[in-house]
Order: sequence, then structure tokens, then C-alpha cells
Amino acid sequence: MSESSLRVLVVDDERPIRRFLRASLTAHGYSVFEASTGREALTAVLSDRPDLIILDLGLPDINGIEVVRQLREWSRVPILVLSVREEESTKVAALDVGADDYLTKPFGMAELMARIRVALRHVEQPTEQPLFEVGELRVDRARRQVSMAGSAIVLTPTEYDLLRILVQHAGKVLTHRQLLRQVWGTAYELETHLLQVNISNLRRKIEPDPSRPTYVVTEVGVGYRLRAE
Amino acid sequence: MSERLSPQRPDPDQLLSRVQADMRQKARGRLKIFLGYAAGVGKTYAMLEAAHQRLAAGVDVVAACVETHGRAETESLLVGLEMLPCKQVEYRGHLLPELDLDAVLARRPGLALIDELAHTNAPGLRHPKRYQDVEEILAAGIDVYTTLNIQHVESLNDVVSQITDVRVRETIPDRAIDEATDLELVDLPPDELQNRLQEGKVYVPEQSAYAIRHFFRTGNLTALRELAMRRAAQRVDEQMRAYMQVRSIPGPWPAGEHVLVCVSPSPQSERLVRSGRRLAGELNAGFTALYVTSPDQLRLAEADQDRIARTLHVAEELGGHAVTLAGRSVAETAVDYARQHNVTKIVVGRSAEPRWRRLLRGSVVDQIVEAAGPFDVYVIGGDDALNRPAGVEQWRPHPPWQRYLQAVLFVLLGSLLSSVMHRFLAPTNLVMIYLLVVVLAALYLGRGPAVLAAILSVLVFDFFFVPPYLTLAVSQVEYVFTFMGLLIVGLLISNLTARVQEQFEATRSRERDTTALYAFSRDLAVAADMESIVRAVSANVSQTLGRDVAILLPAGKGEPALDLHTPAPGSTLDEHEMAVATWAFDHGQPAGRGTDTLPAAGLRYLPLITARGKVGVLGVWAAETPRYLTPDQRRLLEAFASLTAVAIERVYLVEAAGQVQLLEAADKLQSALLNSISHDLRTPLVSITGALSTLLEKGVEPDDEARRILLETAAEEAGRLNRLVGNLLDMTRLEAGAVKVKLELRDVQDVIGAALRQVGERLGERPVEIDIPAGLPLVPLDFALMVHVLVNLIDNALKYSAPAAPILIRAHTSGDEIVLDVADHGTGIPSEDLVRVFEKFYRVQRPESVTGTGLGLSISKGLVEAHHGQIVAKNRPGGGTIVTVALPLAGGKEQEGELERE
Repeated sequence: MSESSLRVLVVDDERPIRRFLRASLTAHGYSVFEASTGREALTAVLSDRPDLIILDLGLPDINGIEVVRQLREWSRVPILVLSVREEESTKVAALDVGADDYLTKPFGMAELMARIRVALRHVEQPTEQPLFEVGELRVDRARRQVSMAGSAIVLTPTEYDLLRILVQHAGKVLTHRQLLRQVWGTAYELETHLLQVNISNLRRKIEPDPSRPTYVVTEVGVGYRLRAE
Repeated sequence: MSERLSPQRPDPDQLLSRVQADMRQKARGRLKIFLGYAAGVGKTYAMLEAAHQRLAAGVDVVAACVETHGRAETESLLVGLEMLPCKQVEYRGHLLPELDLDAVLARRPGLALIDELAHTNAPGLRHPKRYQDVEEILAAGIDVYTTLNIQHVESLNDVVSQITDVRVRETIPDRAIDEATDLELVDLPPDELQNRLQEGKVYVPEQSAYAIRHFFRTGNLTALRELAMRRAAQRVDEQMRAYMQVRSIPGPWPAGEHVLVCVSPSPQSERLVRSGRRLAGELNAGFTALYVTSPDQLRLAEADQDRIARTLHVAEELGGHAVTLAGRSVAETAVDYARQHNVTKIVVGRSAEPRWRRLLRGSVVDQIVEAAGPFDVYVIGGDDALNRPAGVEQWRPHPPWQRYLQAVLFVLLGSLLSSVMHRFLAPTNLVMIYLLVVVLAALYLGRGPAVLAAILSVLVFDFFFVPPYLTLAVSQVEYVFTFMGLLIVGLLISNLTARVQEQFEATRSRERDTTALYAFSRDLAVAADMESIVRAVSANVSQTLGRDVAILLPAGKGEPALDLHTPAPGSTLDEHEMAVATWAFDHGQPAGRGTDTLPAAGLRYLPLITARGKVGVLGVWAAETPRYLTPDQRRLLEAFASLTAVAIERVYLVEAAGQVQLLEAADKLQSALLNSISHDLRTPLVSITGALSTLLEKGVEPDDEARRILLETAAEEAGRLNRLVGNLLDMTRLEAGAVKVKLELRDVQDVIGAALRQVGERLGERPVEIDIPAGLPLVPLDFALMVHVLVNLIDNALKYSAPAAPILIRAHTSGDEIVLDVADHGTGIPSEDLVRVFEKFYRVQRPESVTGTGLGLSISKGLVEAHHGQIVAKNRPGGGTIVTVALPLAGGKEQEGELERE
């Protein structure tokens, strides 16, 4: 626990979960703080100044979504929400009000670590690089050029906008609503079919096998995520 | 038509009604009427010719009811047309061929040919008139060709009877013609018609040959021909106007004329209504028949009430509105109504009041003319013989002669009193006694007897108490004034008193209606189910109208059959009545007795309609003495029906809401159970997976302390998962009845010891006080299961109390039971949860969460009950919870060996 280590706040009402997360995260070199209720979490964010929050959505006092909403009024600290599979709508709502990513219980430590890294990287690099590369996909945002395995790809303006937003949040999940709002505008927030048609067109152009996409990944019931590493 | 609307735009209301009429037309079949002015002009022939043209054009034409009267040329036209057989109806020994309505509806042709629109059906058929059959056929979307003679049109009925001296009984309402899509005039010059009559080409019933020949005079025929042509022309005019309106062609629009017809109980009123309708028709305006009940007319004879009901009915038949209002003065009320409803013309009948009264107060007609202001008033002449109203009915309960006799008796008693008082009082003061007699007579006996009493009083007073005695002669002139005074005062008082009494009676009758409605709505408000609604309806209708009711409700959702609900069980309706009720329900219109549809039925059926649709039918049995319901009663009945409909709907809605609520509750419970189980199962898994995956991860080296914590977490959570699964399995076994209770006589101390051993490590340093008196009997129980129960209870005590607080376990006997207490010093259970803690998955809300499944207590309860014992939770006075298990001591001796739960 060095002075320079990153600080993680774990918010969960189950003591065993807090206990193993503390052990694991400490082993990965993070400083860990704990809170067992939503209220405790809100005060802990002020007193402990965490660099990242891992938040369980099923808290005994305040609804997890409400915690995210209240935090987002004055803090931009990355929030990773933990939820069970039955709570699809809750976790989408949490993402919509400003959570950065989510994990479904139970999860492996490797997965958790990857999510933490992505979330922290977006905070560390607020100025965007014009050039984005992952696998064989290359997006040059300065020139609006996209290429796959070296050959240029022609995208419609909408498809390009969609890809640009995904690149901007590479590695993070984006909900249907967030994508629709940013590409088409708030009036189209519920027109999921627009999104599906354009995602499928985009995949046909950049994915080697569009039926088993590896770049633009579907997060069932939530949205899409662009592979970052 | 002095006013003109702005020419640019058609009146939106009229346009709307035009559009609505068009829409109705599209769904309805089209009606074409072949109109003639007399029998023999060739209407049927023309209709058949037209039918052949349609047939050639590929239309599915069926002759549903065509009367050729044996004329060859007409019959030849029937060749090639499909004929539907007539329905043979037996009536007074004759077989009458009638239109088979159901056969037409079942056959569903494109076009049906039906002769004689104005025909009156034989009794027992669905509708009294053929035009009503035709309406139903049109409503089914079938086109109809039909024939009609001009004298059968309702509004021309009077004119025709004036021209021909023949009153036509078979009439059809004007709207039947107005709603026809096409009207074709079939014309033949009168002399040709007469020639055809001479040649025997016109059908003439044998028995009335003379009357018919009289009818076929040139004058008559010309007049009828003119009527027919005018009606046809009027129709063309209307169409033209409608066309101009739709196309927004500027023209003289009808400036919203409206005719008000003031009707009275007089038999002349019906004619008045027809005149009003004719006037309205010429102005292309609507009309309203208004009846005003004034205090003068409050107590009408039944015959008059019937007549008013009929007159208003005729007005509705003719396409007008019928309105009944109450007011102090007929004239004022009528003119007020006219003002408020944009009436332009008022039609009244010539007054039927006696001449002296008219001179004294002015007739109603005069009053209306005076008050009318901007309105045109039309006074229609009357037939004096018909004109006398049947008179005001007396409100007294006794027959008249008895009341007059009583009046004489009153005077006799007064005279007896006077003879006693005569010694003390001057004769002029005795007059007071007679005045009292007259007042009493007026109060209790009514107007006539009071007048008799007044006159008798004067005579008796003169005879006995005014000198010279025992003669009618008078010695002093001043007594003449006394007599005059007594007579005039007596007459005035009797009149006034009687009138007040009548008004009081009238008010009371109104109030009775209001009270009846109020009582009914109150009864309905508390009626929560169908049975009490039926009871409330039946009680109130029979009390108010003296008739029994039947309520018919749909047997099930979407089913056509109706179920009968009556307060008297066992009473039934025969097939015919049920058919009438079903018709009323299907069409949403009243049917049966007293209506236009199937009037031969025994009951009057009112559909129960609410804003959301039809909920049933209210059937009202005819009274023992059959007569029309008065408009008041009809309105009251309709009010009853609509209240009933709303009440029935409310019951349906409450039922539906209750079911939805049940479903929702079950749904909620189920999802709560699922959530609870999934949460409880997954939480340990999260810790185990997380801990193990950390240890497995490459490149990360947790120190020894971290490694120990992770492994410990995984192990503890695996244990927790195991207990949870064990509990779930126990619960499942208990619910499935698969738990076998093996009763043996065991020592309670032994059970407690075994339980404490099983709790083992979880107990830690916790102090446990055990209180078991010596000499406790052995108890029949299943050792393993009872230990399980105690482990659960001790676990709970540990979880819900502070780590150092002691736990108390106590055993004692109470009657024929042994009682085990497990008590802690924890926070206790909120009193509202003391019972619910034994429910599956129920957990008391705690600020700091305690792991658990919410199954322990409910499993314990199941096990204790399998021992025929009881388990309850209580809060300790000093804080903490005490759970008490009571087991029967005798249970084992009677039921040795294996016991199965339930």
C-alpha cells in the first residue's frame, strides 16, 4: 500500500464480498476502502477521495442508481457497477445515469481488473489521440479515414459517427440510449432499430465474420462495446 | 326563413350530421321506395322491373315478400327471381302469409324485394310493423326495394282523412321515407287508373268494394296524386339542398327553424303534433312536442295520462323530440323553453276551456300569444266534440258519494254544536262554527263536498238559528249579508284549501319519485354483489311501480346466452321471452311490452347500457291491470335502469380488479422468492469465484495474509452455500410431505445437548444458560428433526444478538405439553412481524445485514407442526426475542411408530 497506489472504494452490503475484494485488489496493488451502504458510500467518496468506485446495485438503504445519480452531480470518478443477471434494467439505468461500466456477478478477477484498467485509462487520457488502432482496425479521426487490414473502408456518415463514438469510448460499454442520443439526438433515444440496422451495416464492413463479431461486441440487453485491446 | 347564414361556409353541425348519415348509409343497406298515390298505379310492377335490371347487372336479388294480387302481367315478372317462402302465421283461424324476417337475414341477399312497406304484421311477430322489419334488414347491410302508397305516411294522415273521409290505420313514420336512399314516384293519370279499376285490373277486396269505389273518385285521386308528387318533389328539394350544402354552394340555408308544439291531454293533441310536423317539414326544420304539467293539471285521470303518453310517442314516431316539463304556468314555461331552445314557431291548439273561464283569466293560448314576443304562434282549430279533457281526477281515497255524505255529517255535527252554543252566543257568532265545518270539509273531503257543506251551512243556519226559526225566511236584512258572507268565504276557503291540498299531493308524488330514486341509489351503493343488486332492484321497482322485475345478464364474456337473475328463485322465462330479452340486449334498444318491438311479450325489456357497453337487460313484468306507463313512470324506470347498469358494471369491475390484484400479489410473491433465492445463492458464489480466481491469476502474488483471507472466505462461503442448499431441500421435502417423523421417547436434555454440539464453532465464546428442571418426563419426538429445529433457533439467537449477550435455553411442562424456550437479548422482532417471521424467505429488515435465507424459522415451524406441536415468537420484556416450542406429551402413546405429516 504505497502512497502513490490508486484508491478503490468497494461498496457492497455483503461482508464476505468486501473481504475477498480487499484481499484481491490489495494484491493487485490498489488501496482499498469499504462502504456497506449507499449513505456510507457517499460520505466515503468525500473523505477517502477514491480514484474508482466498485458499486453493488443491491444496497439495503439507497437504490444503487440513485447513488450513481447523486455522485454524478459533483464527481466524475469512474464507477463500475456490480449486478446480478436478473437486474438487466437496473444496470442499464445505472449506465444511463453515468456509471462507466458493469460486471455481472459472479465474475473472475481478471475480468474485473481489465474493466478497472479501461475505466481508469479514460480518466487518465482525456485528450483523445486522433489515431486509434486495435487488431487490424485503424481509425484516423483527423482525416475521417477507416481501414481494415490495410485496405480503406467507405462508411456512410452515420456509420462513421457511430464508429467514432465507439472509438471515443473504446473498451467501455455504451447503452443503446447513449449511442442513439450521441449519433441521432435525444429525440431518437428509443429507436433501437435504427441502431441495430447501422451496427449490422458497420459490422458487415469491418468485421471479418459479421455473424461472430470481434470488434463491435454486443452486450446482451445493454448495448455495444468496441474492443480496446 | 328570414335569416341567412353567411354564405361561404356550410353550418358545421349540419355537415357533421350529413357525414354521419353518409357513414350510416355505407354500413346500412340502401332503401328504395316506389311511391304511388293509390292502389293499382303499378308500384309492384315497377319494382319488379327495376329488380330485373339489377338482376341483369349481377346483383343477388331475392323476392322476400311480393304480393301480385293474381295479376298476370305482374306475376310474369316474378319468373326468374328467387322467391323466399312466406312465414304462415295463424291468426284468428286464418293463415296469414307474412315476411319471414329471419329467413331474409339468414339468406343475406344483395337486394331484397319487400312489398307494402306500411303493412301491419300479424300479432306475435317480432315487430308490429313491416317497416321495422325492413329497418332491421337494412341494418344488416341488405338493400331493399319496397312499395308504398302516399296515404300511409304518418304526417299526411290527417290531410288524407280530410280529403277521402277514410282514416288510414296503417301508417309509417316519416323518418322511414326520409331515410330512404331513393324515392321513385310511380304515376298514372287518375282517369287511366279508373279505367283499370273498371277493367278489374285493380285489386279490390270483396267486402269493401263500395268503400273502395267511393275512394276512387276523380277528386280524391287528383288530391292524393298531388300529395304524392309534392312529397316526391320535397324529397328532391331536400337532396338538392343537401348537395349544395356539401359542396358549399351559397344558397338560402334553412336558418335553424324549430317548431314547438304545445300538447295537452286533449285528444286533439295528436292532430296538433301532426300539424306541427307538417309545418316543420315544410320549413325543413325540427320539431319538439312539449307537455307542461302545471298545478292545475296535476291530478289527471288515467285516460288522460295515457293519451299524453301516446301523443308524445307519436311525436317521437314523427321524428320529433318529446319533452315533459313542470311549471306553474303552461304559457310561461312553454315560452321559456322556446327561448332557450331557439324555437322559431309555436303551435298550439284552440283552447278547450269554458268560455267564462277564458273571459275571466284569458286562455292558455291567449297567454302564450301575449308572452310569445318574437315567436310566430300558430293556433290550430279543434273539433269541439273531441276537445273536452276528461277532467281532473280527485285525490280522495273514498268514492265521491261517501265524501258528500260525510260533508252532510260534518254540517250536522256543526249544527248540534251550534244548538248547544246557541244559548251563549249571538247567531252571527255561530257562523264561525259553520266556517270551521267548511274548512274541515275542504281539508279532508275535497272541493265538491266543501262547496256542499258551505251551501248546506247557510241553509241550516238560516233554518234553525235565524229568527223566524224553522223557516228559510229572514226577518232582518242584515242576516242576508251574514249568509252571503258565509257562502262566499266558505266557497273561497274550500277552493283554496282544496288547491293547497292538491299541490301538496302533487309535490308529494314528485318527492316520492325522488325519494324512490334516492333510496334505490342508496341500496345499490351498498350492494357489493350481483345478488344484492337484484334484490335492491326488485324491491325498489315493485315498491315504486308495483311491478316485478327480472334481470338478465350475459352468461359469460362474449357469450350470446343470457342468464336470468330474479329475486324469486325458480321463476323462469319461456323461450319466447328469452328471445325478446336477447333482442333487446343485442340491439341495445327497449323491446317487449309497451314498445315497438315484439309488444306481445309479457315483460318490458330495457337494455342496461353504460358508457363502456351493454351489461345486461332489465325485464319488468306488466302490471295486473295493463296500461301505459305514464311519462313520469317511464322516466323513473329508465333512471332505475341506468342506475342498475352502473351498479352491475361496478360489480364486474370490482371482480375484475380483485382478480388482477390476486394475480399481482401472487406474481410479486413469486418474483420476491426468486430474487431472494438467487441473491442468497449467488452471494457466496461471488466470494468463492472472486477469491479463487485471484489465487489462480498469473503474475499476481498475494502475500500469505491475503492468501489466508481469500481461502478462508472461500471455505466459509462454501459452508454457507451448503447450509442454504440443505435448507432449500428440507423446505422442499416438507412441502412435498416427504418428511417422515419417527417418534421415540427421548430425554429433552439429550436433544439440547446434541443441538449445542452441532452449532459448535459458531457458538464461540457465547455464554449459554440452560434451565432444565429435574424429573421431566420423556417426550415422544423424532430426535434428529428436533435437534435440527433447535439448531435453527440457536443460530437465529446468535445472529440477532450482540456477540457477548447470553442465550437462554429452558424446558418445562405445562399441562399435557412440554415447552422449550430459546431466548436471546437481541433487538427483538417488530411486533407486526412476529407471525410473519415463520413465513418462507421472510427476513426482518435490519440496518446491518445479517446473512441468512429466511428459511430457518419456517422449516422449524414445519417440523414442529409435523410433531403436532406449536411454535410462536414473542418479544422479551427486557429486550430480545423468545421462541417457544410446545410439543404434546401424549402424542406418542396414541400414535406409536411412524407418523407421516398430515
